[in-house]
Amino acid sequence: MWDYSKKVLEHFLNPRNAGEMAEPTVVADVGNIACGDALRLYLRIEDGIITDARFKTFGCASAIASSSVLTELVKGMSVDEAAGITDDDIVRELDGLPEAKMHCSVMGCEALAKALALYRGEKPAPEDSGRIVCRCFGITDNKIIRAIRDHDLTTVDQVTHYTKAGGGCGKCREEIAEIIRYTRADMAARAKRSSQSPPRTNLQRMQQIIQVIDDRIRPSLRLDGGDIELVDIEGTTVTVALRGRCAGCLAGAVTLRDVVQHTLREVVDAAIEVKEAP
Amino acid sequence: MTNTPPVYMDNNATTAVDAEVLQEMLPFFSERYGNPSSIHNFGGGVGKKIDEARCRLAGLIGARPDEIIFTASGSESDNTAIRSAIATNADRRHLVISKVEHPAVLNLARHLVTGGFRVTEIGVDAMGRIDLDELSSSLTDDTAVVSIMWANNETGNIYPIERIGALCRERGILFHTDAVQAVGRIPMRLSELPVDLLSLSGHKLHAPKGIGALYVRRAVRFEALVIGGHQEGGRRAGTENVPGIVGLGKAAELAAERIPIENSMVRALRDRLESSILASCPDVSVNGDPENRLPNTCNISFGYIEGEAILLSLDIHGICASSGSACTSGSLEPSHVLRAMGVPFTSAHGSVRFSLSVQNSDADVDRVIQVMPGIVAKLRAMSPFSPEAPYFQNASQDTCPSGGSCS
Repeated sequence: MWDYSKKVLEHFLNPRNAGEMAEPTVVADVGNIACGDALRLYLRIEDGIITDARFKTFGCASAIASSSVLTELVKGMSVDEAAGITDDDIVRELDGLPEAKMHCSVMGCEALAKALALYRGEKPAPEDSGRIVCRCFGITDNKIIRAIRDHDLTTVDQVTHYTKAGGGCGKCREEIAEIIRYTRADMAARAKRSSQSPPRTNLQRMQQIIQVIDDRIRPSLRLDGGDIELVDIEGTTVTVALRGRCAGCLAGAVTLRDVVQHTLREVVDAAIEVKEAP
Repeated sequence: MTNTPPVYMDNNATTAVDAEVLQEMLPFFSERYGNPSSIHNFGGGVGKKIDEARCRLAGLIGARPDEIIFTASGSESDNTAIRSAIATNADRRHLVISKVEHPAVLNLARHLVTGGFRVTEIGVDAMGRIDLDELSSSLTDDTAVVSIMWANNETGNIYPIERIGALCRERGILFHTDAVQAVGRIPMRLSELPVDLLSLSGHKLHAPKGIGALYVRRAVRFEALVIGGHQEGGRRAGTENVPGIVGLGKAAELAAERIPIENSMVRALRDRLESSILASCPDVSVNGDPENRLPNTCNISFGYIEGEAILLSLDIHGICASSGSACTSGSLEPSHVLRAMGVPFTSAHGSVRFSLSVQNSDADVDRVIQVMPGIVAKLRAMSPFSPEAPYFQNASQDTCPSGGSCS
């Protein structure tokens, strides 16, 4: 039996705000029944304030308790305040969750992010895009990378606890280990950089772009049989060519924008534009 | 939690040590603690109690006392049996098991694959039954051993041991059966069956944990797993777990008397529990083969709700059961037995196993029947899924998100 806190059991037995909402402003569905947990979050938002929140959850005690505290947390918050809620906040509200159940709090947070994105008319958050790593649970590399960064994860088991990735057939465990390796290398590089003093010279920026492509982007593309070649760097414009299975791949444009440009902007410079070599 | 004693319906997980068993064991902890291998009468006399226990256990399963080796667990017996079978058939590199074996067999076989063995895992149908033709056609001249459980721990399904053994014997292949769930619940006479090796465990039949046994038919070649002293005729080294052995002996004697009760009273309790739940809760189904099942086991899937949530809700009422849900296992996938049967994930996640024993009563069944509909209704009211909306509409999510590689 899991070692649940009193708070988890209390919210499981007496869930707050369980059940459907009539005329919600937004409804967000995450998870699915096949994977063992699913959450439908209803929000009523009036003048930018969440005036009511309700949920319906298929899942274990910690999934139901996470949903329950999430609805309590967001009620009365502005949309901007709610956007700042993390899965750690949910875990804290519950006086902790067993590590293997962390994905329940993550699911709550995902539902909230999705609902707020729908309200703002935005595209899905980046972790919904990316390349599927865990086929059993449909978990993308972006979601794994984000979990590693947010929770400072170091082992495959930890990634499984937070995202479920690798918890099914287990075939992707080696790939997750590789993602941990390059994400942590990148985190270490960033930590080192942030301790160094800006500003950067053009040359430093170029070196960094080369390093990020070599250490992070290329290993990720290679897992899918693709590759990348750096053609030119001019100011903040980076020209690359996709190789291997990425060349001629219909998703090439998406890869350029979501993987290459997104990563370079995040790590090196927000002004970077990535172009494909003609 | 209420103050009344729990309603314990998880006897396939473990059973309570019977009061008579405990009484018989107690002197061997502190008064008669001698080593049965000693020359002096203080120790040597203990050996006679071991002989008695061996005779009692042999009586329960219809074997001869010299065919019984005491071990520390069912898992040890399974490991010893299969490793002995392949060691004594060194030119054969193939094993046949079923997909619904206990992990003690399943994971051992998969481990042996890394050592160069081929393993055929026989599938099961929707009711968990194995296909004897598939089993028969999987046997080759290279097959060292077939290991098929006598009864399944999750569904209670009973497998056709006599027919499987006959198929093996025709081909000169050793046959092992993991009978951990069957011994003490259904009658068996091994002297009349084509079974070469059989594993059993004490704590499933009201003996303590930490004691098991392996039956090795006379004339079957055997190689010990635990090498060392001469105990158990050199077939299992290690100073005997005397209290455990004495306890298993007494439990075997009691079980031999109680098998008729298992198949009358316990069966009636189980049947009433099952039919009441089916009648009072909508969208439920029974997993397993209703025709060939242990009398004590009932595995029910509750649609649209999750097993751990059901178990915790039962626990609040002092009711102990178990589930094939992913959330209870620590893994993230539901029971390998239910998946092998092709039970939809949606039903597997909401499966609950009730396993009874001679210690259950009508009042126990009444208590479960009383609370079950309320628990199901409460969790259903909270679930986003229902017969009208079995999955989220905005995505094809009735299977795995990526197209179902995990099924």
